[in-house]
Amino acid sequence: MTDKDISAELKLQVETAIADKTPLTIQGGGSKSFLGLRKTNATPIDLSPHRGVISYEPTELVITARAGTPLEEIKATLKNQGQALAFEPPGFTPNATIGGTIACAMSGPAKPYLGGTRDYILGCRVLTGHAQNLKFGGEVMKNVAGYDVSRLMTGAMGTLGVLMDVSVKVLPEAAGEVTLGKVMDIETAIEKMQSLAGLGLPVTAAAYLNGTLFTRLSGTETITNAAAQKLTAIGEKTNDSSLWQQLREQTLPFFTFNESQSLWRLSVPALTKPLDIEGQWLYDWAGMQRWLITDAPATTIRAAVEAIGGHATLFRGTEPLQREVGVFHPLPTPLLALHKKLKQEFDPQGIFNPQRLFPEF
Amino acid sequence: MSQALFKDETPPLADDTRRALISQFLAFMDDESVLRDDEDLYPYESDGLAVYRQKPPLVVLPETVEQVQKILKICSELKVPVVARGAGTGLSGGALPLKNGILLGMAKFNKIVSINEHTRTAVVQPGVRNLAISEAASDYNLYYAPDPSSQIVCTIGGNVAENSGGVHCLKYGMTVHNVLQVTAVTMDGELITVGSTAADTAGFDLLGLIHGSEGMLAVTVEIVVKLLPKPNTTKLLMAAFASVDTAGDTVAEIIAKGIIPAGLEMMDKPAIVAAEAFAKCGYPTDAEALFLCELDGTEEEVQSQLQQVEALVRKNNATVVHIARDEQERMQLWKGRKSAFPAVGRLSPDYYCIDGTIPRRHLSRVLQQMNTWSEEYSLRIANVFHAGDGNLHPLILFDANIEGELERTEELGAKILELCVEVGGTITGEHGVGMEKINQMCVQFSSNEITQFHAIKNAFDPEALLNPGKAIPTLNRCAEYGALHVHHGEVPHPDIERF
Repeated sequence: MTDKDISAELKLQVETAIADKTPLTIQGGGSKSFLGLRKTNATPIDLSPHRGVISYEPTELVITARAGTPLEEIKATLKNQGQALAFEPPGFTPNATIGGTIACAMSGPAKPYLGGTRDYILGCRVLTGHAQNLKFGGEVMKNVAGYDVSRLMTGAMGTLGVLMDVSVKVLPEAAGEVTLGKVMDIETAIEKMQSLAGLGLPVTAAAYLNGTLFTRLSGTETITNAAAQKLTAIGEKTNDSSLWQQLREQTLPFFTFNESQSLWRLSVPALTKPLDIEGQWLYDWAGMQRWLITDAPATTIRAAVEAIGGHATLFRGTEPLQREVGVFHPLPTPLLALHKKLKQEFDPQGIFNPQRLFPEF
Repeated sequence: MSQALFKDETPPLADDTRRALISQFLAFMDDESVLRDDEDLYPYESDGLAVYRQKPPLVVLPETVEQVQKILKICSELKVPVVARGAGTGLSGGALPLKNGILLGMAKFNKIVSINEHTRTAVVQPGVRNLAISEAASDYNLYYAPDPSSQIVCTIGGNVAENSGGVHCLKYGMTVHNVLQVTAVTMDGELITVGSTAADTAGFDLLGLIHGSEGMLAVTVEIVVKLLPKPNTTKLLMAAFASVDTAGDTVAEIIAKGIIPAGLEMMDKPAIVAAEAFAKCGYPTDAEALFLCELDGTEEEVQSQLQQVEALVRKNNATVVHIARDEQERMQLWKGRKSAFPAVGRLSPDYYCIDGTIPRRHLSRVLQQMNTWSEEYSLRIANVFHAGDGNLHPLILFDANIEGELERTEELGAKILELCVEVGGTITGEHGVGMEKINQMCVQFSSNEITQFHAIKNAFDPEALLNPGKAIPTLNRCAEYGALHVHHGEVPHPDIERF
């Protein structure tokens, strides 16, 4: 595949959809198409041919690429210069694109320590529901001109417009990493994971699975060794270096489950105690992102997280269940009203990814 | 940004509306919280950009969220504009009062509600001073990272509105990266909470949208900020160079090596001389450029990075290389940089601070152009520069008492900002657009983009009553401005009807 700018064709397709009032399903590599509902009568708008790195300045810590550029290509380009996407976005399949990565705003294990997708977006070009190709933000770190539309697009799941290209902040790749592991109970692990980030040590991930607390330290050998010595209470060095990638990409055995169950993603405040819901649990992000495989009813799960100020996503489940309970956590009334108004202002005909995020728009 | 272009042509608040507001406000607020005499109103006539002044017809100082809700509801009903204000330190006229609206002073919301050392978060009211958060968190060995130069007085509510930065942004981010949750009141009096103390929220990133929205979408009433552990080790290296170019190239090389300094501040000769004369901090006054490179982290990290930075600056023929011996000397070296603005202020009756960001690789071109303009306009410029992230603060020295000098200064400032856009940067890195840079918005954004900004405001505030006229220009204003500034023979916003 070669680099290509198909903005003109995409604009034409959006114009036609607006004129015909026909919904569009925005599609990149399809790696996250399982997430969120989709309208069956929608026409796909394919971003995957719209690809290529537009500019990359390692010393400015910024890369700009067309939305259809494969995430793998971005990562390889950065790696050549000793840099990386610090928010460790999951690809799930090799065809994941940078556009889909930003639109879905999923972040890897480093999120609590180095920030998530929304912390690294600098600018974007977006094709709106007025068929206008607009540029917001830019390619510099500090920029407060105009409302922060780039961040608004991050995680909007394509419901506000088609991301055409994105500018993302990059960081130096870690010189190396060490993983510590120690068996302990979950209550202790939650406390330890939380306090770890307060020590000023190069901790870049902490997760609890199979009764074991795993902690990742990043940096040169001298740096990680020195930190590991201070953390003997947290665990011994393990050889399990592929753990974090498998956790991010959901290829750990944990993520295999049968049809009668669903995979839920719970986002909860720091130090939230284990929740009393039957199922298999995996704790990432120092305990703030919890994966739950269960057949418990959605109402039980959502009520439990809501009570503590969190939210729950039906991350992987059957389509009938997704339609019945919704994929993303329902919004409080005033926020839903604002979402609908913003949707109206960006996409008045409601052609982009209808109901992908919430059944109301 | 010319003052000649700052004209509030709206009719003043009608007397009967003003009376109606006063009587309705007094029904739930005490007399001292509804300011209406000239002597009480004048202190509010400008923010940190004192060249723009407008006496507000009425100032209200609520102290509860319910009062804010009631005030906004009343103003909604009477269709009276509202300008929210924190400490009034903003440098772009974002809190400049309106002739036909009320000023909502948030100074009484000055309590730190709670600090949780275990979750490393603080719940604060918007009128709390930025530095007060770090002072209160200090007992737990924690601090709040963003440190705008006004941090002693500026409020966290204002920081959210402006998405304020500071000298440590490159590593620790701006306000938006350090706030978890904002509770705010929309113009119709509705209380909303955006963001969360959980890992993230469902739906759109409204927390991101509120940041830097310059008080135009909602009025912030409570904020949950993230606190960071104080770094175990901090070292500061000062390096001086015989040319600004070499200093700029060295900054790029540091970053290319994979080092992200906590702070990386550069100054040119006029700024160095001024700072040294003011703070006696030990800067070499014969240098053309100087940078302060602060590294923090674990002992091992800092030692390794410091060695690399030192080797690099020596290779690039730094004329002076000095590592602060102790904490006292480190603070002394910072003092020079942090007092650069008042220091430059002593060289001239007035100075005007510009705030643009550029891709760093264009630094040399931008500085050269500024030198040329400086001669053309007969106005001296001193430069301080957040070199790590490309944020320039040229300080133009002028004398407002000399007829026409302020206007020429503003014209020069506008040219510098437009040059920032031309090289791929932005008209504001951290001070906001406010009233000051409203014309330059027309240079950075197309009519369609500006229309989309208005559409976002419309979603929150359909009657355009919250801080109207700031940050986002009307298309007519852009057409007017474009007509004055034809660039490369192209008329910007050609699609706008011209009158």
